[in-house]
Formats: sequence, structure tokens, C-alpha cells
Amino acid sequence: MKLINSSRLFFLLLLPTIAAAGDWSGYAGLEFRGFTQTALDTRQDHATNFSFTFEPEYYHRWDNGDQSIAFVPYVRLDEHDNERTHLDIRELTYLKAAENWELRLGIRKVFWGVTEFQHLVDIINQTDLVENLDTEDKLGQPMVNLALINDWGTVDLFVMPYFRERYFPGTSGRLRTLPETRQDRSRFESAAKEKHIDLAARYTHYFGDWDIGLAHFYGTSREPRLLLGAETNGSPFLIPFYDIINQTSLDIQATKGNMLWKFEGLHRSGQATTYNALAAGFEYTFIGILDTAIDLGVLGEYHYDDRGKSALSIFEDDIGIGARLAFNDVQSSTALVGLVWDRDSGGQFFNLEASRRIGDSWLLELQGRFFFGQKRRDLAFSINRDDYSELFLSYNF
Amino acid sequence: MRRVSTRVILIATLLTPLLNTAYAETPEEKGLSIATEADNRDTGWTDQTANMSMVLSNKQGDTSTRMMCITTLEVQDDGDKSLIVFDDPKDVKGTAFLSHTHSLTPDDQWLYLPALKRVKRISSSNKSGPFVGSEYAYEDLSSQEVEKYKYKWLRDETLDGRDCFVIERYPQYEYSGYTRQIVWLDKIMYQPLKLDFYDRKDTLLKTLLFIDYKQYLDQYWRPDSMQMTNHQSGKSTTLSWTNYQFKIGLTDRDFDNNTLKRAR
Repeated sequence: MKLINSSRLFFLLLLPTIAAAGDWSGYAGLEFRGFTQTALDTRQDHATNFSFTFEPEYYHRWDNGDQSIAFVPYVRLDEHDNERTHLDIRELTYLKAAENWELRLGIRKVFWGVTEFQHLVDIINQTDLVENLDTEDKLGQPMVNLALINDWGTVDLFVMPYFRERYFPGTSGRLRTLPETRQDRSRFESAAKEKHIDLAARYTHYFGDWDIGLAHFYGTSREPRLLLGAETNGSPFLIPFYDIINQTSLDIQATKGNMLWKFEGLHRSGQATTYNALAAGFEYTFIGILDTAIDLGVLGEYHYDDRGKSALSIFEDDIGIGARLAFNDVQSSTALVGLVWDRDSGGQFFNLEASRRIGDSWLLELQGRFFFGQKRRDLAFSINRDDYSELFLSYNF
Repeated sequence: MRRVSTRVILIATLLTPLLNTAYAETPEEKGLSIATEADNRDTGWTDQTANMSMVLSNKQGDTSTRMMCITTLEVQDDGDKSLIVFDDPKDVKGTAFLSHTHSLTPDDQWLYLPALKRVKRISSSNKSGPFVGSEYAYEDLSSQEVEKYKYKWLRDETLDGRDCFVIERYPQYEYSGYTRQIVWLDKIMYQPLKLDFYDRKDTLLKTLLFIDYKQYLDQYWRPDSMQMTNHQSGKSTTLSWTNYQFKIGLTDRDFDNNTLKRAR
């Protein structure tokens, strides 16, 4: 009894010491979305939606920064969509860095690529699709990642022992497929299902003003094929089907003065048809326009997928143009507008993002997504009445 | 011919101390030699790290603070390498900026965005733009190499009781926002006490004051703070440094993309 007490006491004494050794930061935010049209499905019966998010981050390093741990849980509570209400561990990693290598063990997020309208070659993490359409929110991926650092570039090796299924909006959620995609009906090519061990390798380096990344991924496709299924009463739904794929990708950026040239290309097999896809374009920045401190960036990209209409992506033959404003003011105000035009169907997607700091700790973000002219056969048809504007206010600590 | 000129130089060198007043060094030569001497005296610190706070003030007196950690590696015969990691404001905490500077060719710069875990190679043409909304332009905070400017000694002058060389310098790198700068260089420390910046229209734009120099490792002078005032907008930005450390043993590895991704 005494032993238990003293060990408990010891633990209680130790706990604040551990917590105090590191550093807590993060944010809590309130999101409001207003939809301008009624949805296609009567069960998506809301025009406004509130959501609360909280993402604290614990970080502790020692050994002159050569070893560290990071822990980032994430929670979203959503007013209408039960599937959007979710909990995730974005990061829980141990890192050890040495002169010629870096080892990372645990759950984390990795980004690959250079283009802006679509992150084509980015494949390590599953997209947290209930968060946002832009695919920039990711679920934490368990992995062992060894980076080998050489004069001739860095080779990153990844072993991923557990696959994360994509989260899809629930029945009452907006911005979902029609019919609804049912995560609980997921199917896998591999008998090991989500326990299939996925592997990846990536080489990155820069040569003068050229940055390149060459990668191969073998394992469970993060992006599922959607198969049509039906309940016993005949009502249809979509089944996510996760193939085992091989994907080889290349991403390049050339930084030439104010001009950035960008290219991403991939070759993927194993997901029904073997195919190639590319994203290529530029970003040019006008610095200090009209004798102000404001920078204006102009973006243009072309996106192609040789599966054409049968592509799983909306970017099968699309042109994206955009403009980015950086006000370079005390509040770090920025604005981004973008338009994606489907050359084949004529469908258009308009996107607006802006942000501004308020005081020292608050951040206000505005977002608008609008869909025009999606045809019935378009992938994006099911969200064409889900135009929305969003305000997100967060407190950062 | 070559032999003759070598001999002439040799004789001239021997006679220089005697002919000091007679030997006509042009103001340009004198400016360059002072700048070279200042550079030589600040060589050999190898690497340094310091915490920097940046207080931005507008005309009305509203202030906003940024905190960051700056690590720098001295590179011989080229520009230095530096890594800046932001700690405040909290919405940009963990954002890191890696710069491999060069004297006259464009710098190599990468930005790490922690929310996306994305490393972005960025254009280094933005020399004249404001650094994080402050009154400092990127070029004001970049590695100061002798080759970046042409020089002209103007006069000797006393500033706040300290003897100074007053030198005018003209940026030679591309995309500078300045036609010229005037430096008041302390004759004892060989460090600037004051800098006037003239914009592209050759109008006085900003003045930078270097405050409270301290000497580290018995050789290297670093100011505790630097105050930049913009005469045209009435805004100002004060930088204050703490925790200066030198010769930590950093290498190129501490300034690569892998380190950028785990910088905090």
C-alpha cells in the first residue's frame, strides 16, 4: 500500500516536471459556415453550421535539440455532421538527428510537392476530407522514417505499418458525394486491410536554383475508388475501395528571380487502369506594387490526368489561375483568389482565402468556395449546390 | 613592363608612411579600405546564435512584438548562412526561414510552414520588401559582405562624442530599394553607429541607430539593440538581442533543408 502510494506520489511529482520540461502551444478556434443554396439531398438540411476545433501541441527537445518529442492531438466538434465531429492524433513522434541521418518514429505528417491548386504527388498521409475540400488537412500517419543525408542529396525511407482510412462527411453533412460515401463499408484489395505495410522512398536535393524530389510509393492508395453499393431496401451508397498501388513521382521547382516554375508528375499502377498525371505551372511575384509594401503573386497551372473522365480527381484537364496578395503589414494580412476551369465540361470552381491577425493572439480567416456549371456526369456535381463562405476565428497560444 | 610597375608599387609602399599626406588616396579607395578593415575585424566568429525581439510601432504608438531565434554560420569567401525561427506571434510559431546568402548572385532561400509541414523554396528577389511587416527590409538584415557595395569616404565626424568615418555606399546587388546609404562607422570598434537609407528617388527614407555595443570573445562587437525609424511613414521598429553565443560548433548540416524541417 505504502509502495503504491509513494510510486503514485512519485509519478504525480514527475508529471509536472515532464510537462514543464517541454513547451505547450497551439490554437482553439470557432468556425462558421454559411451555405447560399439548399443542398441536393434533403437530409443535408442546414444552411449554417458552427464548428469548434482545438489543436494543442506539446514539444520537448534535449541533447542540444538532436532529440525531441512532439504530441499534437486534434479535436473537432461539429454542429450538424457527426462524421465531422472527430478526434485525431496529428502527431506523436520521437526524433533523433545525427550528422548523416535523422530517425523519426511515430505518428506524423509529411508533405511532398510544389504546386498550389492540387497536391498531386503528396501521398504519405490520408486526407482528412471532413475538414476541408482543399486536401491540406491530413490524418496522422504512423511510420518509421529514416532520412539518410548525403552531399548528393537526402534519401528518406518510410515504413508505414498502419493505414488510415479517409474520413467522409456524414449523411447530414454538406460537401459530400451523392449518394453518400460510407466509410464503414470500406473494402481493401489487401487481405491485411489497414495492416498492410506500405513503403516509400524519396530523394530530394537542390542544384543551384532547381529543387527536385523523386519518389516511389508502394502500398494502400490513400485515394479510394468509389464503388456503387445498395442497402437491402435498394437505397444506393458509395463504397471506398482501397487498392494496392505503385506510384512513381517527380516534382521540380526552378526559382528564377521573381518567377517560380513548378512541375509535378506521376505514374500510378494498380488502381484499375495504369495512368499518368501532371500538374505544371508558374508563380510570378510583383514586389511592392504601386509603391506600396504589398506583393502581388500571379499563379497559373495546368492539371492533366490521362484517365480523362474516369479519373478519380477533378483535375483531369483543368486550368487554374490565381492571385495572391501579401500586404506585409503588422497584421500579416494575406488574400488569395483562385479559379479552376474544367476544359472538358466547362465547370468552374472559385476559391477565396484571406487572413489577418487581430492583436497578438487572434487570427481571423475568411474562406469562400463556389461551384459553377458542374454537369451531372462531373465528379464535382454532387457538391455544386454547396457554395459556402466561412469565417474562422482562432486563439493562438 | 610588369617588372617596372611592381618596382613602382614596392617603392610607393616603402615611402607611404613618409608621404602619407602627399599620397592621394581617392575617397572611393579610402571608403573601400575602411569597409575591408571593418570586415576583417569581424572575421573568425565562426557561428553565432541569439534571440531577437522585434517591436513594431506606428505613429499612434501602437506596438506589436515578434520573437525569433537567429542562428548564423560564417562562410568564408561567400555570404553567411542563417536560420530564423519564429516564436511570436503564436500563429506563426515554428515558421522557419533558411537563407544561404551570396555577395552578388541571388541568395538561396527556403521557408518552412509548420501547419502544412511544407518546405517552400522562395524567390530571393524580394530584397526591398518589409521583413514580417517591420521597417526592416530583407536586405537590411542580410549578411553584409564587402562586395555588396561600392564605397566613398565622405568625411570624419564626431557622433555623440565618438569619432567616426562617414562613408557613403551604393548597393551593387540586384533589386535593392536604395540608391545609397550613409554609414557612421565608429573608429575604435569599426562598427556602424548610424545608417541613413535613401530610397530609389534618392530621398531620405529611414535611419538606423545601433545602441549599446558589447564586445564578445574579446573581439566581436554586437549591439544590444537597433532602432529603425521610417521618416516617411513615421513608423519604427526596435530590435533587441539577448543570449548571444559564439563558436557553438555549427556546420553546414545545421543550415540544410533537413534541419529547417525540424527547427523550433
